Amino acid sequence: MTTTTKNRKIEKIPQENILDNASKISIKEMDIWYGAFHAIKEVSMKINPNTVTAFIGPSGCGKSTFLRLFNRMNDYIESFHFDGKIKIDGKNIYGKKTNIEELRKKVGMVFQKPNPFPKSIFENVAYGLRIQGIKDKKIIAERVENSLKQVALWEEVKNDLKKSALALSGGQQQRLCIARTLAVQPSVILMDEPTSALDPISTASIEDLIFKLKEKYTIIIVTHNMQQASRISDYTAFFYMGNLVEYNKTELIFTKPEKKQTENYISGKFG
Amino acid sequence: MNNLQKNKLIDNAFKTIGILFTYLGILILAILLYKIIAAGSSRINWDFLTSLPSRKPEKAGIYTAILGTLDLMMLTIIISIPIGIGAGIYLEEYAKKTKLTTLLEINIANLAGVPSIIYGLLGLGIFVRFFNFGGSILSGALTLSLLILPIIIVATREAIKAVPSSLKEASFALGATKWQTIQKVVLPSSFGGILTGIILAMSRAIGETAPLIVVGAMAYVPFVPHSVFDTFSVLPMQIFTWTTRPKAGFAIAASGAIIILLILTFVMNGVAVYFRNKWQKKLGN
Repeated sequence: MTTTTKNRKIEKIPQENILDNASKISIKEMDIWYGAFHAIKEVSMKINPNTVTAFIGPSGCGKSTFLRLFNRMNDYIESFHFDGKIKIDGKNIYGKKTNIEELRKKVGMVFQKPNPFPKSIFENVAYGLRIQGIKDKKIIAERVENSLKQVALWEEVKNDLKKSALALSGGQQQRLCIARTLAVQPSVILMDEPTSALDPISTASIEDLIFKLKEKYTIIIVTHNMQQASRISDYTAFFYMGNLVEYNKTELIFTKPEKKQTENYISGKFG
Repeated sequence: MNNLQKNKLIDNAFKTIGILFTYLGILILAILLYKIIAAGSSRINWDFLTSLPSRKPEKAGIYTAILGTLDLMMLTIIISIPIGIGAGIYLEEYAKKTKLTTLLEINIANLAGVPSIIYGLLGLGIFVRFFNFGGSILSGALTLSLLILPIIIVATREAIKAVPSSLKEASFALGATKWQTIQKVVLPSSFGGILTGIILAMSRAIGETAPLIVVGAMAYVPFVPHSVFDTFSVLPMQIFTWTTRPKAGFAIAASGAIIILLILTFVMNGVAVYFRNKWQKKLGN
C-alpha cells in the first residue's frame, strides 16, 4: 500500500499548466472498483471544451472503464462502484437529481464495434430523436440529413435511406453510428476504440471526421493505436494499471514525456 | 485395414444410421397420415363441417367442435401472450438476480414439463369451482393458458437473451429509457424467437384433451357458443368421444375430424411461420 501512495504523489500532474480555459469535464480523486478489483486509482483530470483528448495505455489499464464513467454506462454492471467526483458543465453527473437519459443526450458514445440497429439507415439516425418524442417529420428528416452530411455519408446513402443499415460496409456503419450520436446534438462525444474493427481507409476517414468534429464537440477517444492518438488528439492521457501516469498536451507526451513509463510505452518497449 | 480406412468406415456407418433414423421418423408419420386420410377423407365435405354432432354417425358433423376450438384458441392467445411475454421481459430485463428469481426461473422451466392433466385439475379447482366460471370456454382458455405460459415465458427469455448487448448499449447511450430500449430494440430483434415459442405453445394447446375433459368440455354441444361463459366442445374432445363409440361410422367420422384438426394446426403454424420470416426479412437478417 505504501508504494502506491508514493507513486501517486510522484505522478501528480500540474493541471493548471496545460488547461488554458474553463474545463468541460472535471474529475476529482476518482476510484473505481469492480467487486474487489480496483480498476481506477484516484484519478483527477480536467478536460477542455472543443478538444480531442486521447486515453492511451495497455489492455486492462482501466481506460475504457474510466470513459464509461462519463455517460454512466457502468451503471449496468452490478459489481461496479466508485468513489470520487465527476462534473460535466459544472454539474455532478452522479447526483441524486441527475437524469441519466438527459445526461446521455448530452454525452454521446460511439462503440468499438459498429453497432447499427437492425433498422433502416434513416431510422438508425432518427432513433435518438424518436425516443425524445419528436414527431415532426420535417425536423427529423432535416436532422437526419444534417447528421449524415456531418459524417460525410450523405452522398453515399441518400438514395438508400430506406435500406437496412446492416447492408453498409463496416466503415460506413461506424460513420452511421457517429451520425446517430450527432443527431441527438450532444456536446461531448465518447469514443471507445472506434476504429479498431475497421480497415485503414475507413480508419482514415473516421480520423478526418474526428478532427472536424472538435469544432463543435468535446471528444474523448480511447485508442490502442498510438499513431492515431498523436494524429488526432490535442491532449493525451496515459493510463497504466488503473493509474493516470501522465496527462499533457499530445505533442509533449509524444516528444518529451516526463515519465519513464510513458516513454517506454509510446516507444513500444511494452504494452 | 489401417486406421484411416477404419475411421472412414465408422464415419460412413454413422452417416447411414443417421439417414436411416431420419427417414424412419418421416416414414412412420407418412403411414399415419395415409391411414387417416384413407379412412376419413370420404367424410370430409361441407356438411361434415357445418353439421351439429348427432347420434347417427353418418349425420354427425364437427361444426360446434371447430368453432369451440377456434374460440378457445383465440381466447387462450389473448390471455397467455401478454402475460407470457410480460413475464419473460420482466425476468430477463428487470428482475435482479436474487434467490427468489432463481427459484422462479427453475420452477418455470419445470412447469413446462408438468403433465397436462394436473393443469386440468388446477383449472377445475380454481376457475370452474372457486371463480365459478363453470365448464365454460373461459375456464378452458384460462387452463390452457396456464399450460402454455411456461413455454412462452422460456421462449421469450431465450429470444431476449439472444439480442446482442451492443444493441442495447447503443440505445441506452442515445438516451433511451429501459422500456424504450425494450420496445424499440429488444422486442423487434427477438420477435422471431418469441413467435417460434408461441407457435410451439399453440400447437400444444390445440391438441390438448385431458385438461379440457377435467375442466368440463362437452362431447355433445348442440349449439354454437355465444359468450365466453358458454359450454363448449373442441376437436380433440370430439375425436376422443367418437373413437370410444362402438358404431363403425364414428371411427370414420373421427378420422375426418383428425384431418381437419391437422389442417387447422398446419394453417395456424403456416401463418405464424410466414409472419416470422417476413419479419426477419424486414430486419435485414
